[in-house]
Amino acid sequence: MSGTFVGMPAFPVAARQAVGNETLRGNLRHATHTIRDKRARAVAELDDWAALREAGKQIKDHTLRHLDRYLVQVEEAVTAAGGTVHWAADADEANEIVARLVEETGESEVVKVKSMATQEIALNEALEARGIHAYETDLAELIVQLGKDRPSHILVPAIHRNRGEIRDIFRSEMSEWGRPAPEGLTDTPAELAEAARLHLREKFLRAKVGISGANFVVAETGTLVVVESEGNGRMCLTLPETLISVVGIEKIVPRWQDLEVFLQTLPRSSTAERMNPYTSMWTGTTGEDGPRTFHLVLLDNGRTDTLADEVGRQALRCIRCSACLNVCPVYERAGGHAYGSVYPGPIGAILSPQLRGTKSEIDASLPYASSLCGACYEVCPVAIDIPEVLVHLRERVVQGGPAVRGGNRVVLKPAKGHAAERAAMRAAQWAFTHPGALRTGQRLASRTRRLHPRTLPGPGRAWSGTRDLPAVPAEPFRDWWQRTRGGKDGAK
Amino acid sequence: MNSRERILGRVRRALADVPDDARPYEEAVARDYLREHGQRSVARTVDLLAENLADYRALVHRCTDGELPELVARLLAAHGSGSVVVPPGLPTGWLRAVDATLVQDSAASTAPELDRVDSVVTGCAVAVAETGTIVLDGSPDQGRRRITLVPDHHVCVVRVPGQVVSSVPEALERLDPARPLTWISGPSATSDIELDRVEGVHGPRTLEVVLLSGS
Repeated sequence: MSGTFVGMPAFPVAARQAVGNETLRGNLRHATHTIRDKRARAVAELDDWAALREAGKQIKDHTLRHLDRYLVQVEEAVTAAGGTVHWAADADEANEIVARLVEETGESEVVKVKSMATQEIALNEALEARGIHAYETDLAELIVQLGKDRPSHILVPAIHRNRGEIRDIFRSEMSEWGRPAPEGLTDTPAELAEAARLHLREKFLRAKVGISGANFVVAETGTLVVVESEGNGRMCLTLPETLISVVGIEKIVPRWQDLEVFLQTLPRSSTAERMNPYTSMWTGTTGEDGPRTFHLVLLDNGRTDTLADEVGRQALRCIRCSACLNVCPVYERAGGHAYGSVYPGPIGAILSPQLRGTKSEIDASLPYASSLCGACYEVCPVAIDIPEVLVHLRERVVQGGPAVRGGNRVVLKPAKGHAAERAAMRAAQWAFTHPGALRTGQRLASRTRRLHPRTLPGPGRAWSGTRDLPAVPAEPFRDWWQRTRGGKDGAK
Repeated sequence: MNSRERILGRVRRALADVPDDARPYEEAVARDYLREHGQRSVARTVDLLAENLADYRALVHRCTDGELPELVARLLAAHGSGSVVVPPGLPTGWLRAVDATLVQDSAASTAPELDRVDSVVTGCAVAVAETGTIVLDGSPDQGRRRITLVPDHHVCVVRVPGQVVSSVPEALERLDPARPLTWISGPSATSDIELDRVEGVHGPRTLEVVLLSGS
């Protein structure tokens, strides 16, 4: 398993491989069904859920609508609280800033809180190239990192691994990175968690630099919020001398009071808990409590391009709860890796092609990685209409049109693979309006059906590569109807 | 042009299609959700806090002012704690009956030193009944964030009903964002292995909450 998403095949190809893997499907089915049932119970406890969801949507929409103002306010508030703010237009710039800040401390290792933003920009790989080792400290991220694997879920990155696989990874890999797994480690979750505790504690206690993302940034106060369960986040946020937080510009909420909405909706939507075990909030630096130096890196990396899309910008409301993954029938069968992005599932299918553009094969295929059943919209705590954005992006892939890339207005060409489909549709339209030709064609098809290939030739190959061709019947329906008058003459 | 100007410029151009919206923040968000869920007596709210704390595997105890020193001593002894870290402003009487070595927290003490301490005893800023959460704000009776994180056993004293609120909105109102805040709901836990909840990964594996009433 490669550690990178570069060169991923399009979703249908990757999904077909995943669907054939029975262990993977079993692990995913167990996990997604467990969490979706628990979530439904946790949400049902709050009889104002619909009002909280609407308020969350409105807070995020208002923020996005005035994002320039709130960005400047964040900068002022964090600076006033003793922090330093940096701006990064893209992944390379963010990685360069973080690497430089780490180098300035003279350290060559950092501990990390699980963070989608730093995965998105491939920060660990960029740091490694500069000789800086980044240790993931979330248990699931540790499993992924030790297994030289890729995350497959926003909240539970190792959801595709079962306990036996995790034990094997710990036994064979932990010694490479530090304290080895205990002798005779079994596959009980408690023992595995204990092994992770011992392995990581030595890293926490000596770490001088911590790196995190943030779930929320409050503009009026400059407060950052990290929501977690294990305590690894608290370790990274409070023990090191230097803290660097890389945060997407869409994570801002205007006021302190706004947290009352999201601290109710996020835990219940993500882990189905009334409240997650630990939430840390910090505003700049605080004397001898926690890091002496705090840096906030504000990350664009495609977010302003997404903001420029009238339909697609609602994806920026996402609070990364992952409820949409757990209810998605496509995700449940295909797994997170097939999406070829750190953001898998329904939200990934609309976020990745907007953040990265639809040029690559995988990004052009993602808007199609859905049955449009709408379950994702139903559970979304900020009411992102994912099916609406999927259809909008499909239109862009097929027809092209105006978009913004890297801050510049561009006109996208229709995606290549879809020219043949359009030609086929035009041919079908002609055939259906010429009944004689249709009848002749159908008869010809029936008589030659044993000679038909399993896949289409030429430009149709892409189409049939992701679909099973329907079998042609021995007799066209209209011939059968004429012969039997719909079976009324006793034909069986 | 630096990245700051570039990003702000992109944001402004991206929003060029958005009709001018002069609605202030106060009107942009309908806050018709509930301030608290259900009507409860004060005593019932404290009971709910106890239930929800226990539901997430915190150990809950109740006592009066006079009983507290004995209870704290008993909890530390039952945990086999030989040492306990003490926040600078913890009421001195609370640890009067404790037999273990008291370790005063100081900025000079290192994380490995703290790792050798068995327990920590603190107060709290506020507790949230609906979610079973205690919140620490770094006040002198709670100390720095690290002292309630590294030791494996945390005893937290909540004054009831004074420090108890029903809901998350009520808790935020009471808190000062300028302080470092830690919200704690049960002991450290993970669900990363087949979504089985396991208590105790990196934070304290045992959280004991003492609900302290005045008389």
